[in-house]
Amino acid sequence: MQIELNGAPHQLAAGCTTLAQLIAALDLAGKAVAVAVNREVVPSQRWDTHTLAERDRVDVVRAIGGG
Amino acid sequence: MSIGNTISNTTAPAADAGLTIAGKTYRSRLLVGSGKYKDLDETRAATVASGAEIITVAIRRVNIGQDPNAPSLLDAVPPSEFTILPNTAGCYNAEDAIYTLQLARELLGGHKLVKLEVLGDEKSLFPNMPETLKAAERLVKDGFDVMVYCSDDPIQARMLEDLGVAAVMPLASLIGSGMGILNPWNLSLIIERAKVPVLVDAGVGTASDAAIAMELGCDGVLMNSAIAGAREPVRMARAMKLAVEAGREAFLAGRMPRRFMAHPSSPMAGRVA
Repeated sequence: MQIELNGAPHQLAAGCTTLAQLIAALDLAGKAVAVAVNREVVPSQRWDTHTLAERDRVDVVRAIGGG
Repeated sequence: MSIGNTISNTTAPAADAGLTIAGKTYRSRLLVGSGKYKDLDETRAATVASGAEIITVAIRRVNIGQDPNAPSLLDAVPPSEFTILPNTAGCYNAEDAIYTLQLARELLGGHKLVKLEVLGDEKSLFPNMPETLKAAERLVKDGFDVMVYCSDDPIQARMLEDLGVAAVMPLASLIGSGMGILNPWNLSLIIERAKVPVLVDAGVGTASDAAIAMELGCDGVLMNSAIAGAREPVRMARAMKLAVEAGREAFLAGRMPRRFMAHPSSPMAGRVA
């Protein structure tokens, strides 16, 4: 299944269907990140149950230095 | 009355009550950004030297594929030690700013104190006030405590206040310009009428700028480039801490009036001349 991840096309590995699985596959489990799907924030408690769909636009963000 | 009585009747000045924003009181009236430092060590050292309790951060997409174990900003300036203030730097419309802060709120575990900035122009980074007002209204309704980067237009500031924002933050001059306070008169107009904290945000270049802002009666100052862009950022952070304190004390002390004619400080009587 192909989604858009942080603005770029991303092919999900077979068996990677939930947000939690995607975050784990990106090595970001337990890191300070927030996630939105199609511009709607998905709280981390729902990552396990949130199933991704074809062409979903996913944003994974963190805090960086800024004024 | 003897001299002894006069001296013992002197009372110590009341301590500054602190800066209260959205119901929480902070000792430091200096807020700092976390951008433009050479590395995270310098970011932390300057922030600690400044005495700031509130530090702004930007929200950006993670670099997919980058080492996830590399130290991150929130490791250097953790939320357990500082109040992290997410900003909407780089947003040019209300939708993007609101989306950014929704992500930030989730990132920071429900923390709702945020900084709103909606830019109108890439060169000047001047705020787009209609979009800023639109975003502020929606964010306040969504339960955020919004500190708003704005123009130094006193009517815009009042309109923001009427929307229920937590603080108004007029620019002293352009972001990153270091030009200092270009229009103290507008700033005074805003301060005079405001019922929410007024913080100068943008344009501070050196310590005297921060002191002048506080002398005008600002409740606080937010700066980033002035510290990070100094030759010695940690030293400048210390200078800024002192400047904000000095300016605040001078404001509370009530300055002498400006006068066109000279008034001698020494009495005329008893001169040998």
